[in-house]
Amino acid sequence: MLEIFIFATLNGLVTGLLLFMLASGLTLIFSMMGVLNFAHASFYMLGAYFAYSVSLYFGFWMGLIFAPLIVGVLGAVVERYGLRRVHQSGHVAELVFTFGLAFLIEEAVQFFWGPDTKNYQAPDILDFPLFTLFGQEFSAYRGFMIGISLSIFITLYHILTRSRIGIIIQAAITHPNTVANLGHNVPLIFMGVFGVGTALAGLAGVIAGPVLTTFPGMSIALGSIVFVIVVIGGLGSLAGAFIASLLIGLLQSYAIASDVGMPELLNLLGLEFERSHPLNDLWTLNLPRIAPILPFLLLVLVLIFRPTGLLGKREE
Amino acid sequence: MLEVNDLHAYYGKSHILQGVNFNVQEGEIVSLLGRNGVGRSTTVKTIMGEVAPVGSIKFKGEEIAGKNSFEIAHLGLGYVPENRDIFPTLTVQQNLVLGMKSNKSQGRWDIEEMFRMFPNLGERAEVNGGVLSGGEQQMLCMCRTLMGDPDIIMIDEPTEGLAPKIVEQVALLLQEIASRGVAILLVEQKLSIALKISHRLYVMGHGKVVYEGTPDSLLQADDVRAEWLEV
Repeated sequence: MLEIFIFATLNGLVTGLLLFMLASGLTLIFSMMGVLNFAHASFYMLGAYFAYSVSLYFGFWMGLIFAPLIVGVLGAVVERYGLRRVHQSGHVAELVFTFGLAFLIEEAVQFFWGPDTKNYQAPDILDFPLFTLFGQEFSAYRGFMIGISLSIFITLYHILTRSRIGIIIQAAITHPNTVANLGHNVPLIFMGVFGVGTALAGLAGVIAGPVLTTFPGMSIALGSIVFVIVVIGGLGSLAGAFIASLLIGLLQSYAIASDVGMPELLNLLGLEFERSHPLNDLWTLNLPRIAPILPFLLLVLVLIFRPTGLLGKREE
Repeated sequence: MLEVNDLHAYYGKSHILQGVNFNVQEGEIVSLLGRNGVGRSTTVKTIMGEVAPVGSIKFKGEEIAGKNSFEIAHLGLGYVPENRDIFPTLTVQQNLVLGMKSNKSQGRWDIEEMFRMFPNLGERAEVNGGVLSGGEQQMLCMCRTLMGDPDIIMIDEPTEGLAPKIVEQVALLLQEIASRGVAILLVEQKLSIALKISHRLYVMGHGKVVYEGTPDSLLQADDVRAEWLEV
């Protein structure tokens, strides 16, 4: 029981921190522009594909460095020449633009890399068990994923709260005109934040690609959950996104690791069905099978009982 | 230093500024007076690039009409808005740091000096700006703009809603600013502070300048005060 709990916690942390890397960029961009970037998860997918291509020639580590940079520059270009122009036409136009961009990136990925799954592998140097507990191994690559995600979180937190540029970003999010009047180039700041946000998504793709497989549907697989996290955490709240990411990562991980199912519950209630009964399928349901819908269930609960999200603020 | 010629501005179809002309010379304190709604705040917002200008705005001989706000601020124009707009979730110190245009520039002002001039702000350096009193917020907002070392500072209604004692402090700060060679364009509705500290003043009405003179000449112009200023 203890081993299941420990490994479920570690795996939940890996997933949660990975989700945070995506959600942090998305929530920062939302704070600035007031619009959800539907193409955010597509930049995550691009990160994985760019890293795969770079790794074919120069190895995994070069991919780790260059793929997020390429994705970040691409994101900045999208903001500068796409979103900034569309912004003048209002939020609906921006939503439609990012929605279309998501489709465009998915089609482009299939066009350039093909529809099949890519053989993007973790580096050999991390192909060993980091530790063995209760006879079960925890891979070094997963430990690396935790390490890199935590370092990104700590760096991001320090930059945003301690550095001058972080203070400018915080102020520009709420008072862009005042910040511009003080002599700061707000459009450049917005472009930079958009670029960093997409680079973080790209980095998440680079480190997730070898574990969650690199295929054209990977943005859809994770994209919806990232939106759920941003809403549960509270739109625009970085701390909320962090809590919600870990919550969902752990929730899913515990659900997958558990062997609790409907039979136990139905037996407890003393219910029994004939094989031909329409509700007989309930017997086959268990927690691991419903794990994928748990984030959405949590989203519904949060929207009912706390519509602003865990740490979100109501607009005045 | 600042020359505004035939300046027009629009909010939608409303023609707010209808040919404003005035100038501010180096080291001068100039007041822009008038009743509510005559276009005083719109004038400074238009100079700062927040409202699209039609006409000519020259600063140190360079045409700035049509430039972005941050470019105008970099040329040496400082602006303290009417609503103060301090950053409520940032500390007093962080608010001041934001006023600096770069990490290195010190200019005529530094944070320690601001805290010496306003011990209240110094004592609350690590307190969030949102919890300061109205007077402290006004001082913070003016100090923040000064941290960018402007050559001219445009201040919109700095005494609005402040207690008489704080108004005196604001007047002292304005005179201190001017004594360091920084020109001031003071946008005011109240006559008292403007008459006390201004070198020259303009009165606005119906979107244009309707009177130009000195505090003494305005004091003698009963008809101007009655028609354009007194409520």
